[in-house]
Amino acid sequence: MVVMNPTGDIAVQQRNLILFSTGVMLLIIVPVMALTIWFAWKYRRSNPNKTYDPNFDHSTTLELIIWTCPLLIIIALSAVTWTSTHLLDPFRPLERIAPGKPVPVGTKPLEVQAVGMDWKWLFIYPELGIATVNELALPVDQPVHFSITSTDQFNTFYAPTLAGMIYAMPTMKSELHAVLNKAGDSWGYSGNYTGRGYSDMRFKLRGVDKAEFDAWVAGVKAGGNLDTAAYLELAKPSEKVPVMRFSTVAPGLFDRIVNQCAEPGKPCMVDVMRGDMMRGAKPGHARPAEGQPPGQPQAQPTDKHHPGMSALTPIRTPGAPRAAQA
Amino acid sequence: MTDTLTKTVFGRLSLESLPFLHEPILLGTFIVVALLGLGLVGVVTKYKLWGYLWKEWFTSVDHKKIGIMYIILGIVMLLRGFSDALMMRAQQAIAFGDNPGYLPPHHYDQIFTAHGTIMIFFVAIPLVVGIVNFVMPLQIGARDVAFPFLNNLSFWLTVAGALLVMLSLFVGEFARTGWLSYAPLAGLQYSPDTGVDYYLWSLQIAGVGTTLSAINMVATVIKMRAPGMTMMKMPVFTWTALCSNVLAIAIFPALTAAFFLLLLDRYAGTHFFTNELGGAPMMYWNMVWIWGHPEVYVLVLPAFGIYSEITSTFTGKRLFGYSSMVYATVVITILSYLVWLHHFFTMGAGPTVNSFFGIATMVISIPTGAKIFNWLFTMYRGNIRFELPMMWVVAFMLTFTVGGMTGVLLAIPPADFVLHNSLFLVAHFHNVIIGGVVFALFAGMVYWFPKAFGFKLDDFWGKVAFWGWVIGYWVAWTPIYVVGLMGTTRRVNHFDDPSFQPYFVIAAIGAVIILVGILGFVMSILVGFLKRDQLKDTTGDPWEGRTLEWSTSSPPPAYNFAFTPVIHDLDAWYDMKSRGYARPTSGFRPIHMPKNTGAGVILSGLALVFGFAMIWYIWWLAALSFAGLFAVAVGHTFNFKRDYYIPAEEVAATEDKRTTLLAQGA
Amino acid sequence: MTDHALEPQAEPTWYLTEEEGHHDHGAAGPTILGFWIYLMSDALIFASLFAMFGVVASAYAGGPVPREIFDLKLVALNTGLLLASSITFGEAMPHMEAGRVGPVRFWLALTGLLGAGFVGIELYEFAHLIAENAGPDRSAFLSAFFTLVGTHGAHVTIGLVWIVTMLIQLGQHGLNAATRRRLICLSMFWHFLDIIWIGVFTFVYLYGVIR
Repeated sequence: MVVMNPTGDIAVQQRNLILFSTGVMLLIIVPVMALTIWFAWKYRRSNPNKTYDPNFDHSTTLELIIWTCPLLIIIALSAVTWTSTHLLDPFRPLERIAPGKPVPVGTKPLEVQAVGMDWKWLFIYPELGIATVNELALPVDQPVHFSITSTDQFNTFYAPTLAGMIYAMPTMKSELHAVLNKAGDSWGYSGNYTGRGYSDMRFKLRGVDKAEFDAWVAGVKAGGNLDTAAYLELAKPSEKVPVMRFSTVAPGLFDRIVNQCAEPGKPCMVDVMRGDMMRGAKPGHARPAEGQPPGQPQAQPTDKHHPGMSALTPIRTPGAPRAAQA
Repeated sequence: MTDTLTKTVFGRLSLESLPFLHEPILLGTFIVVALLGLGLVGVVTKYKLWGYLWKEWFTSVDHKKIGIMYIILGIVMLLRGFSDALMMRAQQAIAFGDNPGYLPPHHYDQIFTAHGTIMIFFVAIPLVVGIVNFVMPLQIGARDVAFPFLNNLSFWLTVAGALLVMLSLFVGEFARTGWLSYAPLAGLQYSPDTGVDYYLWSLQIAGVGTTLSAINMVATVIKMRAPGMTMMKMPVFTWTALCSNVLAIAIFPALTAAFFLLLLDRYAGTHFFTNELGGAPMMYWNMVWIWGHPEVYVLVLPAFGIYSEITSTFTGKRLFGYSSMVYATVVITILSYLVWLHHFFTMGAGPTVNSFFGIATMVISIPTGAKIFNWLFTMYRGNIRFELPMMWVVAFMLTFTVGGMTGVLLAIPPADFVLHNSLFLVAHFHNVIIGGVVFALFAGMVYWFPKAFGFKLDDFWGKVAFWGWVIGYWVAWTPIYVVGLMGTTRRVNHFDDPSFQPYFVIAAIGAVIILVGILGFVMSILVGFLKRDQLKDTTGDPWEGRTLEWSTSSPPPAYNFAFTPVIHDLDAWYDMKSRGYARPTSGFRPIHMPKNTGAGVILSGLALVFGFAMIWYIWWLAALSFAGLFAVAVGHTFNFKRDYYIPAEEVAATEDKRTTLLAQGA
Repeated sequence: MTDHALEPQAEPTWYLTEEEGHHDHGAAGPTILGFWIYLMSDALIFASLFAMFGVVASAYAGGPVPREIFDLKLVALNTGLLLASSITFGEAMPHMEAGRVGPVRFWLALTGLLGAGFVGIELYEFAHLIAENAGPDRSAFLSAFFTLVGTHGAHVTIGLVWIVTMLIQLGQHGLNAATRRRLICLSMFWHFLDIIWIGVFTFVYLYGVIR
């Protein structure tokens, strides 16, 4: 049972949380089930040795207990929920690699950009300039920062050994911080149904040590190029896609995917939305968009297809739905 | 030229749209359904039952008959939904490695979508609405619901929705989008065929029925209670029916709006839930779950009411903690509206928002836990008769608590991160829906069956049904919990990892055991019918009941109560029995009753045609049927003669018959 | 529980021998309550549409923005017509109470004319926008605008059909229990649409133009 025996520290903490809360709940569930069976047996009609009291329908003491016991358990679980939800927030940078092993000062997490496509996973390693399809190799004990999006469907990025799942959504960028502590292969999935090829939308998660990782990167470097044309070809729906490796990646590809403008000539959402904002407001009253603090640089290094596109955070990070849902 | 003409006349409907012509599985199904249908029509025609059915049932505005028809609809659709379940279990049990199974994704994806849609909208809702319809007016001492015609219309609209779903089996296809048809997958771009349109139109039509029915029930409870029945003297089932229907009124608009907007996206080219031009697909998720989570409570609250009535009857005791039961119900009703976001914690809505919704979800388990304790202490110092309904209650208490526990587990966001969209989640909601709602529906059907038909169900086959369901549930769903913990996600068509296979095989065996349970229930009705003379209930009170419905004859007369009862205490019938109530035998007066009407059937038929025409883009037919709908609806308002009087002599004759019957029994 | 104590000796009344007022008559019956509940559920549909509008209110997708397409003068006229129709309906009700069928029909007809004017102007506005390539398929903002305003307009149209129906039925039957009950419901419906429109006018038109 992978969920119960994960190899990543985040997933281990999630597992511990499951075990702990199940234990706390069993404190009340087991007595209730035992009492159910006992009362059902003891107060059966054919049992002469019982007290039958047809008017026993109220007892303040019992009522107090009835409401207090679940309340206490829920208070305990709520406290755990509040702290664990904050500690294990996928957007929160890691503080430790493993229990008692804090992240060394100055460690920069490995950046991985994951894109859910119809029906395969694309992983871009922007710092290494490489990309893979349906294969994710991670060096052990190395914090990883995932940026996650999707081309058109709502997928979830789900690697049960590594960490819990997080939605990959078109036009939005989710994040996940995680670390793998043991070498070994396992599977990752999309958890959210997206149509015909969904069942085979799996990727191999390879936990490798540092040396092996470098060798793997060198191997990937021998692959083809993921330029815009190759990406557009890849973006067409396909099923049971074998592992693919790309030695180079078109610059800014991930941000263009998030902004729905990987195709040359298509306007990027971030630009469209900035334009909307300027025109929507009264002249001279332009305000920065939600989720983008004022003062944040607006225009960043551009790529050749889309001059003027901000390569920085798209306006619609999950911050926007956060605001919408709250 | 002919091509445009065909398009104008038939829309996108063509011979190609009849998949049973080239798919053997569907052809077989079609032949079976066609034969069964023809057989049924043949029997009805041979025995000249059309007139009887039309006059006494289809056009009836009697809440008891409408309730029974709802339940028949629910049972028929249960057979359909369950055959989908069997097909899925069989597929997942064999589709490993190189074996793709026998259902290609195209077919499998329709099946799980249809299974979920049918089980919630056309099984659970009709059965719950049916039982509420039948029982609640009797419990409050009313002669009918507040709006009898509306009740008939609501039922037939639900039927129209169900028929549309069934039609998709043979004409075109059903959706391949999952039971909530999430955008953007359900948008025109990714699901261009008729599937999602079938889904949307059938649920939209049935949804109107459900909303109208809920309004009707709330107005009935508030306005039609017998004198003396204050809110805190209402039977618990009536309370839960009230809360459930209030909740339904509060949530169905969100679903209606979400489907309406998705329909506009698909038909009018709008951009609500598309990825382009500013669409916000996540808003669809929010809207459907604002409906979707409370919907679970819409179903489970009446279930809790059923358990309460049964526990109290078969322990021979007042319900322990009546008022805390009522408050718990009200608290659940309110809280259920504040938890929908827990269905997508993993969209990244920030830890504070997630914690809020997680804790709100857990808080619901406090009143629910209190309810469980209340049933427990009702059993305490009771004199428990383990008749079938009570057996269902005990099975429920043991099964549901486990589902409640895994539910609280899923409410903890970081735990949900690993369990969301996994088969663990699927096992959880089947645990609460089967263990909570389905068990209650069977318990309720067994319990109130003699009231509706005048004889009990067959006990042996009833026990087969009970053990089939209970054992089958655990055999089928325990392994699914386990594979969920192995990281298996839902809606998967085939697997590579052979270590999952034994679990899926066990689950398939469990499904077969449940099938035995379902067939057992059908048998208990058939055998009960054959042995109806032995199983006859002449008293009207076969279980030593405590609430008002047991004071009437079995089955009750059309007018329910010859005289409007006056209520003095909770458990009104028990109070009447224990304080020397004497049944009135003379002085009857004419009783004012609503007249039957065919308008509901006609309106729903037109709605069905309208839905079908819209699905297939047959615009002329859509326009025509829509105009027809409008005309019939307006025309119906011109009928001012909607009621009549049952003459006093007829009432007296009916009541005299019962007097004789009671005297024979005594 | 308490009634035992209250009436220990007296034989309790177990049933009513006289028929009470029938359930489907008069303002005390369930119809008004039921219709009110229906209006609440309809209000929630509008709430959902408002929420949708709120989420995509500035998703212009490069298309027209409110300031460019909303003609506040036209909308003001429209609002005036609808508010006036509420007043004229209000005039009809006291006449109904007093049982004067003629004036009821007069004010009702006037209400209908004002409502028809409202719908007419709205259709003109829609046609104009679509002609300017600002139709519901242009952007999410316009989708939500057309849907919210159009759903309200469809309700008003149904209200118009209802008014015509009532005019005929009042002619046939005069004021009886059934027509009175229907008039009360219609009046609730009409005022409800007025309230919704105030929301539309404020949040969609005014807020769209002045922000």
